[in-house]
Amino acid sequence: MAGFKLRRSLLYVPGNMPSMLQNIPIFNCDSVIIDLEDAVPLSEKDAARHLVKRFLLNYTDRNKELLVRINPLDTKWGYEDLKVVLPAMPDGIRLPKADTPEIVERLDTLLTEFEEELEVEIGRFGILPSLESALGVINAVGIANSSERIFALAFGAEDYTASMEIERSRGGEELFNARTRVLWAAKAKGIQAVDTIFADVSDMEGLRAETELAKRLGYTGKCLVNPRQIEVVHDVFAPKQHEVEYALQVIEAIQRARQLGTGVIALGGKMVDAPVVKRAARVLRTAYAHGMVDTLIDEEAIHGAQ
Amino acid sequence: MALNSLGREIPESYAGKPLIPYSDPFALRPQGKVAARPLKRVNPGANKRLSSLREAIEASGLKDGMTIATHHSLRNGDFLLNRIVAEIAALGLKGIWIASSSVHPVHAEIIPHIKSGVIAGFQCGVNGLIGEMATKGELSCPIVVRTHGGRARSVIEGSVPIDVAFIAAPCCDEYGNMNGYYGPSACGSLGYAQIDATYASCVVAVTDNLVPFPVVPVSIPQTLVDYVVVVDRLGDPAKIVSTTTRVTTDPVGLQIASYAAQVIEAAGLLRDGFSFQTGSGGISLAVAEKVRNAMRKGSIKGSFGCGGITGYFVDMLEEGLFSALMDVQCFDQEAVQSIGRNRAHQEISADMYANPFNAGAVVNRLDCVILGATEVDTSFNVNVNTESNGYLLHNTGGHSDTAAGAKLSIIVAPSIRGRLPIVRDRVTTITTPGETIGVVVTERGIAVNDKHAELKEELIRRKLPVKEIEELQREICRVTGTPRPLEFEDEVVAVIEYRDGSIIDVVRRVKE
Repeated sequence: MAGFKLRRSLLYVPGNMPSMLQNIPIFNCDSVIIDLEDAVPLSEKDAARHLVKRFLLNYTDRNKELLVRINPLDTKWGYEDLKVVLPAMPDGIRLPKADTPEIVERLDTLLTEFEEELEVEIGRFGILPSLESALGVINAVGIANSSERIFALAFGAEDYTASMEIERSRGGEELFNARTRVLWAAKAKGIQAVDTIFADVSDMEGLRAETELAKRLGYTGKCLVNPRQIEVVHDVFAPKQHEVEYALQVIEAIQRARQLGTGVIALGGKMVDAPVVKRAARVLRTAYAHGMVDTLIDEEAIHGAQ
Repeated sequence: MALNSLGREIPESYAGKPLIPYSDPFALRPQGKVAARPLKRVNPGANKRLSSLREAIEASGLKDGMTIATHHSLRNGDFLLNRIVAEIAALGLKGIWIASSSVHPVHAEIIPHIKSGVIAGFQCGVNGLIGEMATKGELSCPIVVRTHGGRARSVIEGSVPIDVAFIAAPCCDEYGNMNGYYGPSACGSLGYAQIDATYASCVVAVTDNLVPFPVVPVSIPQTLVDYVVVVDRLGDPAKIVSTTTRVTTDPVGLQIASYAAQVIEAAGLLRDGFSFQTGSGGISLAVAEKVRNAMRKGSIKGSFGCGGITGYFVDMLEEGLFSALMDVQCFDQEAVQSIGRNRAHQEISADMYANPFNAGAVVNRLDCVILGATEVDTSFNVNVNTESNGYLLHNTGGHSDTAAGAKLSIIVAPSIRGRLPIVRDRVTTITTPGETIGVVVTERGIAVNDKHAELKEELIRRKLPVKEIEELQREICRVTGTPRPLEFEDEVVAVIEYRDGSIIDVVRRVKE
């Protein structure tokens, strides 16, 4: 539970547009993915990575997680992206086209080398692999286990549907199996799962429906292409008031249980045990991020002093 | 020269009249009685109809040096002021003052008549080229910029006597009863013209829609009207809309609106009886949208919406979210159509709206107003009159009136305009004093005036990005750099009157 990081919204920002980079501090998303890959034309790859470096160096009072989507490592830009950007200390790397565990392992090795060179803690830079092809989806479990730096798996539907030679529909039925497989791999590893983008920025109802589906399946966040989408996504991922109230009762009950020297107690006729407490703690952390409760839960009171 | 309480240098007199330096929003108290106008007698069978504007000008007795007024309800679609000035020029009159409720870019047509001396000056704010040219020193015409409430006050107390009021009357009968609700040039509320009709020495109704007696309902009655003239066209109502009337889709604007709506909620104002004013810009409407959703969600029944009314407020009225609209000016066609349809869409005069010197203006009953700014300074003073190049491009409108009257006045503005920071050490021109501003909301943070300490605490508790205004300024300037101060000549080209008649600032000629 320690090190829990809320990742409901991961907003893409093009790495070649100063006007949009300067707005990064103002949006309330949980994470930003500065894009050096698809959003940047070939002629601007070099300029963009230096622009991103300058931006990161100057954005000192960082108020959200900052990831950089590099170009694939099998292109001539991928390594150069890391070399220029890592000294400006992003929080992690969004790895596109993570088709195999070997690709992620290679990134892991490179990150370790850079960390040694930069004299920062090994493991400082996280990895968010993007599973966006049939191969990547098939390899989801292996990818999830390929590096301890991986904090979440991201599903990328645009490239996935291209790799499947199918059209993406508004209902997203064609994505169901892939979405679920990525999710299984993430849950089995105990890491977060981030759903794909919803491309139509004017269709808020469509975004809401897709986000609700993703949440029901088990996803904990979604990638976004426009800041206008943040509010809807946060609204969907916000706990319901009755969930918060129940979670508060659970925590109170387990604290009472601890005083009585037991790990199990009944609440409203139902047994409160470790999985129930875990779920309640997650609800309350999210509720805190939404301003629905005033204080963070007391981890020690729940789990006991370590 | 004297220094006012905000540290601005004010000349002792301007255009031949002594000036009172501003001291605080509620310091000046009225003295004396309301202005008088001549008694009239119109006998049975008399005919008020005249055949042309020129005939009306002659009949009104307008002479060199006198003052005329029109109202700006048709905004940039107004045809009347240009035609009147052209006729005045053709009659060979000189030195005429214009005391209209506002002058818009469409009126740049009168610039040659300013240069030739037909027009001597403006007892009102100006939007657009006239102000720009005056600031550059290319026009010699004193300009006294007033708020809507301040203008009503100046006319009612007699400090600006109107000799002839020409009233664009979209629906008028031959005896002078009129309203703005119907007709090809319908503009809705005649709130500004009601003052002119009541206090001008002579009143000329000009219409392109003469209807059989009697006009119903009556906004301005026959008892105040001396002459009626029919013209082919008063204006283009499509140009009433001066800005966008759609909710912004710009993420930065939406972020600002979201913060502003949360500020209103945190202030505890969103409860039954809530009263609200906002403008017609995209961000303001986005705030209105969020407020509307919150009112629906909480089943809140508001009291009234106020000011320049848009279709947005009409929808809220018809949805039952407000009991009434108090309308001094319609900002779009939906509002124009509503005022003739909805009984609870109440037309009010500029006096009732915002005059500080009466027995209580509607602005005093406002819970919250959303306002814009071209600049804000670290003392929360706001500029809406001049742009960052120093040019006088905008009138004040109801900015200072509502800021003074409302329980909470919120400035919403993007932190960067063009490439310039919105927050300055010192605004180019003070329009509205900082002591009447509650909160400044930008996409980079929310600055709360110290007088709202409880609100500030509540916003912090709700984890909103509350920053000291100096901190906000530093943060913005890290992106924009610090702009070099403008340089001005000593010459004063306009004075900015606070709503009570004291002088809050002056506009000086820009050094080229």
